[in-house]
Amino acid sequence: MAQLPFIAAIDAGIHQEMRRDPSVLYFGQNMATTENHEFVAAYGHDRVRVTPISETAEIGIAIGAAMAGLRPVVELYMAEFMLVAMDQVVNEAPRFRYMSGGQVKVPLVLKAGFGFTAGWAGQHTGSLTALFMGVPGLKVVVPSTAADAKGLMATAIRDDNPVVFLHHYLLTLEPGEVPDGEHLVPFGKAEVRRSGGDVTIVATGWMVHRALDAATTLAGEGIQAEVIDPRTVAPLDLDTILKSVAKTGRLVLVDQAPRHATVAGIIAGDVAEHGFSLLKAPIVQVTARDTTVPYSEPLEAYVIPDEERIVAAVRGVLKGRR
Amino acid sequence: MSVQAPNAERQVWIYTQMLRIREFEERVKRSFTDHPGVIRGHTHLADGAEASIVGSLSHFRQGDAALATYRCHGYPLVLGSDPKAMMAEIYGRADGLCKGLGGSMHLTDVKHGFLGTSGIVGAGIPHAAGAAWAAQIRKKGEVVFSFFGDGASKQGAFHETLNIASLWKLPVVFVMENNGYNVVTTTAQEDANAAAGEPLAIKAKAYSMPGVTIDGGDPLAVFATVGAAIERARSGGGPTLVESKIYRLSAHGNIIAPPGVPLHYPEHEAIAVFGRREEYEAALRGDPVPRFRGTLVKSGVLSSGKADEIAAQVAKEMQAAVDFALKSPFPKLESALEDVYA
Repeated sequence: MAQLPFIAAIDAGIHQEMRRDPSVLYFGQNMATTENHEFVAAYGHDRVRVTPISETAEIGIAIGAAMAGLRPVVELYMAEFMLVAMDQVVNEAPRFRYMSGGQVKVPLVLKAGFGFTAGWAGQHTGSLTALFMGVPGLKVVVPSTAADAKGLMATAIRDDNPVVFLHHYLLTLEPGEVPDGEHLVPFGKAEVRRSGGDVTIVATGWMVHRALDAATTLAGEGIQAEVIDPRTVAPLDLDTILKSVAKTGRLVLVDQAPRHATVAGIIAGDVAEHGFSLLKAPIVQVTARDTTVPYSEPLEAYVIPDEERIVAAVRGVLKGRR
Repeated sequence: MSVQAPNAERQVWIYTQMLRIREFEERVKRSFTDHPGVIRGHTHLADGAEASIVGSLSHFRQGDAALATYRCHGYPLVLGSDPKAMMAEIYGRADGLCKGLGGSMHLTDVKHGFLGTSGIVGAGIPHAAGAAWAAQIRKKGEVVFSFFGDGASKQGAFHETLNIASLWKLPVVFVMENNGYNVVTTTAQEDANAAAGEPLAIKAKAYSMPGVTIDGGDPLAVFATVGAAIERARSGGGPTLVESKIYRLSAHGNIIAPPGVPLHYPEHEAIAVFGRREEYEAALRGDPVPRFRGTLVKSGVLSSGKADEIAAQVAKEMQAAVDFALKSPFPKLESALEDVYA
């Protein structure tokens, strides 16, 4: 085990796979511009390249390279930059395997940060996860710890499908214990971050940590919250969530996206359909307020869900419990 | 770089392939009247582009790849795909090339190097460049053929990709089939170069790569020009933009209509939209398929008798494709849920 910042753990995952598999490529804007760049030095310019600011071509080239047998990782920096090339992400990469009747594979990773609520105002702060999770053929990964960042990246690279790897920018320097050597985290297996019998809280990315903070506060009031981190939202491990709800009977979903663009809403629908009889109280969603993320610090904090709103939501679902 | 002209045998092969495309697509078109309802959605024909397609793909070798657009029936026929499986795909049947999941716009045949077709204009151009990056890394002299239309050259994907392909010297040849129309918009109405009376190949200059304009109705001209571009790409010289000027002899596609309305091919836009019957009739007179037959007969490469024999064989082959496709069953319903993920 080594103590690594989240961002270094992602790099460790990419290194792990580039070392073992010569078909892995890594490229994007503003990287690999000198021979000293750590990936250039290790793997050379055949596999590691800087691109112009051309997201459509970058992602499109990744698709073509993947169809031709390689495993590209595209460094996109910010999830919003995928919006520039949304056709390639949503209507090209995940379609080819299907439309070809299973003839081609498109193994690629789109690595993008999101949720940078640190004064980046309206266009670089979005939580776009739900935009991608409903696209058949795409997988969507949202690590919340350094260990998962490494292991999920490695699994994403080995996966034979296009994977959107969304890392939360506020976790960038967050340190964590990361296993040395080969480390893989399976897709579709949620992690129970904290056990408890009174209420289930589901959150992804940075919100996992806000939920854990809330759980600590609630424990002081005698409320035991179970905190679940799905880790991948496509595939989504609904079983772990339903099992928890069977135990607690109460569900609070936390999501950094605005109200009607959340993963939370999709989980709420699934739990309502498959676990209605387990519920002792209505499902509550704690989401961002319905607006563009504002620049000014107190306004930004007002819009994004925080520990206090999570605690209040939990108290609400537990009101009058028997 | 000059390319040796194809020998007599190869010229006959080129003619045969052109005719195979024409006869296959004639049957696609005829299916709307002969077998109403059998073809759904949208189909697009390459009649008028046969010389360009075959002249280009004459240079295809094992290990190369080709990618194209929704107007994609011609390429796989030349590369060796089974017309029976292709027609079954267009009819949405279980024996289809893509199991009935793709249809007319998305023919793919990986085993024959036909890697993929995007139905979104211009979107497949970067895919070709990506495959070319893979070829560059493999260092076996393999190249990628990227086929698209004049309309695609107005897309960002085209410009972004040509820039990178030139910068990285990727082994790819961009064959722009300029058929003069983006659906119902003429090239001069949407392209600054065309409006200024310049060839569309001039766009290559912006990306410091060679750009050549050729008569795409002449398979030997296409053979020579694309051949030189392919050699350049194989030897590490980087990409070339070839503007292959052709005339699409059918309308953009069959009519777009909701279920219940019988589909058919309308009149060409030159007549239906612009009232330019003479332009269209001149294009018909220059039809590359009979034109090349005439060239071969005149030069003595092919006798009229032999040409008729080829025509009869090809007609039989393509009719067999229709008969096969009509008999092929629909896919099992569960197959709609397979192949979503690898």
